[in-house]
Amino acid sequence: MALLEIKNLQVRVEEREILHGLTLTIDAGKVHAIMGPNGSGKSTLSHVIAGKPGYEVTGGEILFKGEDLLAMAPDERAAKGVFLAFQYPVEIPGVATMTFLRTALNAQRKARGEEEYSTPDFLKKVREISKQLSIPQDMLKRGVNVGFSGGEKKRNEVLQMALFQPSLCILDEMDSGLDIDALRIAADGVNALRSPERSMVVITHYQRLLNYIVPDVVHVMSKGRVVKSGGKELAHELEASGYAQFEDAA
Amino acid sequence: MPAVQETVDRVRRIDVDQYRYGFETVIESEKAPKGLSEDTIRYISGKKNEPDWMLQWRLEAYRRWLTMQEPTWARVDYPKIDFQDLYYYSAPKPKKQLSSIDEIDPEILKTYEKLGIPLREVAILEGVEPVPGAGSPETRKIAVDAVFDSVSVATTFKEELKKAGVIFMPISEAIREHPELVQKYLGTVVPTSDNFYATLNSAVFSDGSFVYVPPGVRCPMELSTYFRINERNTGQFERTLIIADKGAYVSYLEGCTAPQRDENQLHAAVVELVAHDDAEIKYSTVQNWYPGNSEGVGGIYNFVTKRGDCRGNNSKISWTQVETGSAITWKYPSCILRGDNSRGEFYSIAISNGYQQVDSGTKMIHLGKNTTSRIISKGIAAGRSQNTYRGLVTAHRKATNARNFTACDSLLIGDKCGAHTVPYIEAKNSSATFEHEATTSKISEDVLFYCVQRGLSQEEAVGLVVNGFVKDVLQQLPMEFAVEAQKLISISLEGSVG
Ligand SMILES: Nc1ncnc2c1ncn2[C@@H]1O[C@H](COP(=O)(O)OP(=O)(O)O)[C@@H](O)[C@H]1O
Ligand SMILES: [Mg+2]
Repeated sequence: MALLEIKNLQVRVEEREILHGLTLTIDAGKVHAIMGPNGSGKSTLSHVIAGKPGYEVTGGEILFKGEDLLAMAPDERAAKGVFLAFQYPVEIPGVATMTFLRTALNAQRKARGEEEYSTPDFLKKVREISKQLSIPQDMLKRGVNVGFSGGEKKRNEVLQMALFQPSLCILDEMDSGLDIDALRIAADGVNALRSPERSMVVITHYQRLLNYIVPDVVHVMSKGRVVKSGGKELAHELEASGYAQFEDAA
Repeated sequence: MPAVQETVDRVRRIDVDQYRYGFETVIESEKAPKGLSEDTIRYISGKKNEPDWMLQWRLEAYRRWLTMQEPTWARVDYPKIDFQDLYYYSAPKPKKQLSSIDEIDPEILKTYEKLGIPLREVAILEGVEPVPGAGSPETRKIAVDAVFDSVSVATTFKEELKKAGVIFMPISEAIREHPELVQKYLGTVVPTSDNFYATLNSAVFSDGSFVYVPPGVRCPMELSTYFRINERNTGQFERTLIIADKGAYVSYLEGCTAPQRDENQLHAAVVELVAHDDAEIKYSTVQNWYPGNSEGVGGIYNFVTKRGDCRGNNSKISWTQVETGSAITWKYPSCILRGDNSRGEFYSIAISNGYQQVDSGTKMIHLGKNTTSRIISKGIAAGRSQNTYRGLVTAHRKATNARNFTACDSLLIGDKCGAHTVPYIEAKNSSATFEHEATTSKISEDVLFYCVQRGLSQEEAVGLVVNGFVKDVLQQLPMEFAVEAQKLISISLEGSVG
C-alpha cells in the first residue's frame, strides 16, 4: 500500500518555480533513493513534505497514509510520523539534548492523544538507543548539537529517528561531511530501523551512501522532476555515466 | 521570512491580554485621602504608629522631593503622572493587629492561593519537575512575607527564624520593634535625596520587608516577599532593607503581580542591602506586574531603586532578576563595592512584549581594592516593545585591580521591536580590567523549524529557544523559582496557558 503519494507537485520559492510537476509513490516498508545533481530540487522536495514555511505549492497534491499532507501544520505532520533528518542540523544553545528529546517526544505523543513517557521509561529508551549509536551520555547533557562534530550531529538525527519511530524518514544528504567510519555508524543506525511499516527516502548526490543503505528503488531527479526510476543498479549506472545525460532529458 | 512572520503575528495576537494574574480581590479597604501633602505623610506615619524620628525623616524627604524633577534620560515614554491624583496608602480592613494567619481576611488568603504562594507555615514548596538523571527533588522551606497594597498581611516561619537569630518582619513592625537597627541602616545605601522616585518612596513608603541576619549566621531558609497591588489608583511604595552582618548569609526572593486595569498604576520601591565583612546576600526578583493589554493600555509603571552596599571586606552581593511584567520598567539594581575583595553580580532576564518598555541594567561601582563584578544580561524583545540595557561600571582612584566582566545578549522576535545596549565605562585606576561583550540576534527561522519538525508547536518552539537563551541566568535562581520563572518566560511570550 502506498504510504506517500506525490502527484504532479509544483512548488515556487520567491516567485520562481523549482518543482515542475513531480510525481512519486512510495510503498510502506520500502527504501527509495533520490539522486540528482546540485540544484535539482531534492532538498526543496524534502522541505515541502515536512512543511517548512516559505514554499508555495501552486499545483498537485501529497497524500500521506491517504490524508492530505499539505493541509497539516508541520508539527502535526511530525506527530503523524513524518521525520526529516536535516543536511545541516541546527544548534540550540542552552537547551540540553535530553530536554529537547523529551519535550519533542512528549509533544508528539500528546498530539496523538497518547500518554507521556514516565521519566525512567524515557531514560531507559534513550540510553538503549544512544548505546547502539555509540553516543556518549555526556553528549546528551550538552546543548542540542552545540559543539558536536559533523558525525555527532548526524548520529543525533538518527537517535531522534529511533526514538520517535516515524513511519516516513527522509534523510537529506546524510553522507555529506562524514568520513567513512562515521558514515558506517549512522547507516547501521538507519538500517536497524528498516521495517515493513516504515518507509525511507534517502536523498544523496553520491552513490557511496547507497552501498551502506541499499535502496529498493532509485529515482533520478533533474531540474525539478523525476526523470528516471529503477532498481538499485540504477545508482551504479549513474556512478559510471554521471548526471549529464539526464540534464538534457529534463 | 514567513516563519518569523508567523511567530511575530502569533506573539502579537496573544501576548499580554492573557495575563494570568489579572484578577481583582474584593475586600474592604481603608485609604488615605487622595493626593500628596504633609498631611498624607502624617496620616501614613500615624496609621503605622511610628515614632517621631520616622515621621521627621519622611517629612524631610517630602520637602526635598518638592524641589526635584522627574528624570528623563531613560529610553521610555509615558504621559505625565499626576501625583495628586493617586492614593498613597491603602490597607485591607480590619485594622486591628493580626496575631495569627487565621485572622487574615480569607479573601486575601485566597488571592495568595491563586498566585500559588503558600502562606500557611505547613506549606513546603515541593521541588520541581524532576530533571532527567537527577535524584529526588529537594524539599525546602521558604519563609514568606506577603504585602497587599500598602501593608504586610502575613509573615511565615517567624518563630523558626527567631531561633536562628534572624529577624524577618514587615518594616513597619521593625521600625517599632528594632528602631536602633532601622535607624542605623535606613537610607544609608539609597539616601533620601538619591533620585526623584527614591525620594518620593522615602516620604510615603508604607510597608515592605526587613531582614537582619546576625554575625556568623547562615539563614536557615529562603526568605521571600510577595507584593500585590490590588486597589485602583493606588501607588505602591515598598521599602525593603536587608542587612547581613559579619560572616552572615541570606538568600531573598521577591515576586510581584497586579490585577488588570485600564489605567496605569505607579510602583516606586526602594531596596537597600548591606553586607558587612565576609557576608553574602543573594537577592532574586521575579517581576510580573501587569504589563498592559495588547494595545498598550494600562499596566504598571515600575520605577525602582535597588542598591547593595558591599560595606565589608570580602563581602558579596548578587542580584538576579527575571522581568516579564510592567508597562514601563526603570530599574538598575546596583552594587557599591566598598570593601576590599568584595564582589558584585548582576544576572538579568528582561522580556518585553506588546507595547512594554524596559530600561534596565546595573551599576557596579568599584571603590575598594581587588573588587570584582560580573554582569550577565539577557534581553528579549517581541511585539512592539523596546528593551534597553543600560549599565555603568566605574573604578575609582583607589580601586586597584578592579575587574569587571560584562556580557549583554539581546534576542529579537519580529521586526517591530527594538533592543538597545548602552554601556558606560569609567576607569580612574589604570590597573582596572573591564571586559564588555554584546550581541544582538534575531530568533532563527531554521532553529524554529527544526523544533517544529520534531513535533513542537511554533509557540513551544519559541519558548524553548528563549529558555535556552537565558539559561545562564536562570541557573542563578533558587531551584524552585527557576522552574516558576521558566514557565513565566514561556507564558509571557506565548500567552497560551496549558
Ligand atoms: N530559499 C530559496 N530561495 C531561492 N531559491 C531557492 C531557495 N531554496 C532553493 N532554491 C533554489 O531551488 C533550486 C533547488 O534547490 P535545492 O532544492 O536545494 O536543490 P538540491 O537539494 O537538489 O541541491 C536551486 O536552484 C536553488 O537555488
Ligand atoms: Mg540539497
